Amino acid sequence: MTTETKPEIDIDRSIGDFRYEMDYAFDAGVGLNEATIDYISDVKGDPDWVRAFRKEGYRKFLEKPMPTHWATKDLENIVFENIRYYLAQGQQAKRSWDDVPDDIKETFERLGIPEQERKFLAGVEAQFDSEAAYSNIKAAVGEQGVIFVGSTDGLKEHPEIFKKWFGKVIPSGDNKFSALNSAVFSGGSFIYVPPGVKVKHPLQAYFRINAQNFGQFERTLIIADEGAEVTYMEGCTAPKFETATLHSAVVELVAMKGAKIQYITVQNWSSNVFNLVTKRGLAHEDAEVKWIDCNIGSRLTMKYPGVVMKGKGARGEVVSIALAGDGQHQDTGAKMIHAADNTTSNIISKSISLGTGRATYRGMVHVPKHLKGCKNNTECDALLINSHSRTDTYPAISVRGQGNAVQHEASVSQISAEQIFYMQQRGLSEAAAMSLAVNGFVNDLVQQFPMEYSVELKRLIDMEMEGSVG
Amino acid sequence: MSAPSLSIRNLHASIGEKPILKGLTLEIPKGEVHAIMGKNGSGKSTLAKVMAGHPDYTATSGDVLLDGESILGLEPDVRARLGLFLAFQYPMEIPGVTIANFIRAAVSARLPKGEELDAIEYYEKLYAKMDALSMARTFTSRSVNEGFSGGEKKRCEILQMAMLEPSYAVLDETDSGLDIDALKIVSAGVNALRGPDIGMLVITHYQRLLDYIVPDRVHVMSEGRIILSGEKDLALKLEADGYDWVEQEFGNKAA
Repeated sequence: MTTETKPEIDIDRSIGDFRYEMDYAFDAGVGLNEATIDYISDVKGDPDWVRAFRKEGYRKFLEKPMPTHWATKDLENIVFENIRYYLAQGQQAKRSWDDVPDDIKETFERLGIPEQERKFLAGVEAQFDSEAAYSNIKAAVGEQGVIFVGSTDGLKEHPEIFKKWFGKVIPSGDNKFSALNSAVFSGGSFIYVPPGVKVKHPLQAYFRINAQNFGQFERTLIIADEGAEVTYMEGCTAPKFETATLHSAVVELVAMKGAKIQYITVQNWSSNVFNLVTKRGLAHEDAEVKWIDCNIGSRLTMKYPGVVMKGKGARGEVVSIALAGDGQHQDTGAKMIHAADNTTSNIISKSISLGTGRATYRGMVHVPKHLKGCKNNTECDALLINSHSRTDTYPAISVRGQGNAVQHEASVSQISAEQIFYMQQRGLSEAAAMSLAVNGFVNDLVQQFPMEYSVELKRLIDMEMEGSVG
Repeated sequence: MSAPSLSIRNLHASIGEKPILKGLTLEIPKGEVHAIMGKNGSGKSTLAKVMAGHPDYTATSGDVLLDGESILGLEPDVRARLGLFLAFQYPMEIPGVTIANFIRAAVSARLPKGEELDAIEYYEKLYAKMDALSMARTFTSRSVNEGFSGGEKKRCEILQMAMLEPSYAVLDETDSGLDIDALKIVSAGVNALRGPDIGMLVITHYQRLLDYIVPDRVHVMSEGRIILSGEKDLALKLEADGYDWVEQEFGNKAA
């Protein structure tokens, strides 16, 4: 385990790497204590139970040790007292693009958010630092009874729907960072899809950190009622800062009987963001929860999307791609908890390590003794590019009882000099050849992404390769 | 300037410390097909790799000129874009990259900056070339060389050559691993590309290939040099009498 300082890599993040001087109307200041939490609750006008929830989260955050007994010691480099926990320009998410302040609008226009929305997205929630700056949902989806709001609005306006599941899939004390999120969360999306409603187009959120030394703690809760279907996509960026920045989200998914939720993430954090995210879904009878998770960038990402298969015949799936560039550590994986008969889970993980980049896969598959007819398939493939790269696999599979089947395959491969020579002989530059080979490695997974995101992913991979070879 | 050609001049090359090419001179004028024959270990494949710029080989002296311009100091991809194509003896597999995307990337790499490939034209051309090589359309969506038979790999090399339209092509033992039917298809593919705008160097161990790709000139290679050159009937004589007599008669001359 190494803890030496991480080299900055200077790749062209031309789309995400810009920042505006903002005049924040609300700023909780630096550091975290009870007063910070009261400030956030006051500004947001939290109901009493939310304030109490935050305080309990804060207590658990203080109690919980840093998980350095199993995870990287780099976590010790997070200085919690130097972080700003809440920054916002205004409280209410704007419903119309025209109402959004010009500087924020300029940011999102550069990132192409409204354009994307116009094209095909059913709704978009764009979060700039702590609060949603712009949120909208197409009339047709709203008419079907779909609720798509920010977390603050969700808890205030629809407590009867959201309170029931809020903090239930991931209790605030699940881990140190879920506790921290519970204490200071703001922003994120709350979605409810009524029974039988199948949302045709994906709902989307965009998260962006604009301020230095800032922690972003969005909280997302998606509930698909019986037989409902929804796809949610999130994109994340941050410009490059001098000092580390923290992103620590909590995402809870609840799929009721026969419902389907697909959650897609493409993140491109800059190389000094600590990205420590807890994501878990609860799948009731015959329901399906699928995480498609693509991690590019960040200094350290720790993320293990999970599915608890609580009802018979439930299905869980995690498809993940991690690209660890120079000096970066992608510590990712999946958790599959089988808690009913005939539940099936599938984990497919591909990682690419570049330069001094490091990719770690941690998988947990749990099938208790009394269950029957459960199946898990785990495949993890690692691609190493150059000799400094490192990859580790820590699969933990505990399967007991009869009639349960588990299959685990792992591979490590490299792009050979002969392959690169072959491609160069066809006229491709070394960087283009690398890009093509890396894109080929993840190709079968990328095909599961919506077109827009697979194009974006290819572009991000190309950028990383240019930076590492050129 | 003389007529356009691929010109190899007194080329010496080594792998590590070991010299393989020891003063090889050869001129392939555009529009002609030349064959190099020789025993295993004579340096035939090394010649192909040195010309293409394989990083394991070092050209220690001499030169390779493409239409009068030295290419030895250039990156392999730059040489390729200048018009040099190598059909590999052992083509590499590239998992997850389809043939259509691979060739498309290669064609695009040759376009002037800012210019985009016309997808419809590209596919029309690709399908026409595939038809000529008796390749099924479904081939385009397979990963490059992954799980291909020997014959499929070689056809795929010729397909790439047809799409990239090089000014000089080196075919390194394209006949190895082919049965007679595959050999006929591949040869027909190569013959279809012959013409005044391309010079070809066909490297082979067996005369058999030259029944189908009839060369303008035949060169015999031994210990890193060309020791004898002649007309196409030289190949027949080599087939009938073997290489030993040539090596005995001509092998020491330049040593």
